[in-house]
Amino acid sequence: MTDLTALDQSPEAQFGDYVALLKPRVMSLVVFTALVGLLVAPVQVHPLVAFTSILFIALGGGASGALNMWYDADIDRVMNRTRGRPVPAGKIAAGDALGLGLVLSGISVVMLGLAANWFAAAFLAFTIFFYAVVYTMWLKRSTPQNIVIGGAAGAFPPMIGWAVATGGVSAESVLMFALIFMWTPPHFWALALFMKEDYANAGVPMLTVTHGRKVTRNHILAYTLALAPVGLGLGFTSIGGPIYMAVALVLNAGFIRGAWRIRARSEETAIADGYAVEKAFFRFSLAYLFLHFGALLAEAALRPYGLGGW
Amino acid sequence: MAFGRDHELHTRRFGRNLGLGLVLAAFVALVFGLTIVKVSQGNPMQAYDHAPRPELVQPEVGQ
Repeated sequence: MTDLTALDQSPEAQFGDYVALLKPRVMSLVVFTALVGLLVAPVQVHPLVAFTSILFIALGGGASGALNMWYDADIDRVMNRTRGRPVPAGKIAAGDALGLGLVLSGISVVMLGLAANWFAAAFLAFTIFFYAVVYTMWLKRSTPQNIVIGGAAGAFPPMIGWAVATGGVSAESVLMFALIFMWTPPHFWALALFMKEDYANAGVPMLTVTHGRKVTRNHILAYTLALAPVGLGLGFTSIGGPIYMAVALVLNAGFIRGAWRIRARSEETAIADGYAVEKAFFRFSLAYLFLHFGALLAEAALRPYGLGGW
Repeated sequence: MAFGRDHELHTRRFGRNLGLGLVLAAFVALVFGLTIVKVSQGNPMQAYDHAPRPELVQPEVGQ
């Protein structure tokens, strides 16, 4: 058999498979939050510089996704949710995913430095390192606190967007970080409650696996309660305003109510109705984050007309 | 083994190659556009390149 016939017999990776390696759905959250961070900052950025910056922040996020898929191919193969990913599905070799992740990491950091500033670029490099090494390699398989600490990687993009515009860090950008950071645990633990077998089969020490489902339900409520002051506190900064405050009040009340219902339920009740409350809470968590950042954007968009902000 | 221009591999990989080509073209266009923006905003476009460039020296305070 020649090399060429061997190639003919292997499944051919299409362009879309390489795109899938960059976790486009996670990327969309990165793009949105980084864009809000950039647009609400008090410094104007040229539209092309802003576009380029967001593009390479997203690419950096994608690169860390590819590195994650390279390292986690073994557990992705076991979990239902992830076994269709390009590496476990056999479409792309693990080494290719590693190569693509490393190359795109380098390109995204250098291009962000050239387009915006080197502080933002260093921040992006740290974020990629945090997701690929601290979360994927160190935390994910060793501690049930994996998504609590690892959530920081997903929380950095609005800070990077802010850094693109201002070249630094501020109370506003730290609070945007804190909002996503505190939101991540209840969001993922709700998912872990109804994707019950997946993490256990893969041996990932999710809180549901190590401490049980009752403890997870309690933790969801505790983190949701801790999240509310962060969400409301952001409203008192220079990027907040009455629209944001109204949105944050409604969303946080709804989120706490959902978490309270999750805590009050027994596992038997949850199984009986197919985890309806947990699934609704998970969907609501997506709207929660989207609408908080959408409200910040609305405040910034209305400010030139004398309407947004305090 | 002859590697003909019309080998089946070429047709199979067409989509992938086209995608990569378009990404590279977009990258070139982006760098060009970024250069135009940076130059028109008056950003410093020179750096030390092992040749004396007095215009890069910052004047000291008080001079």
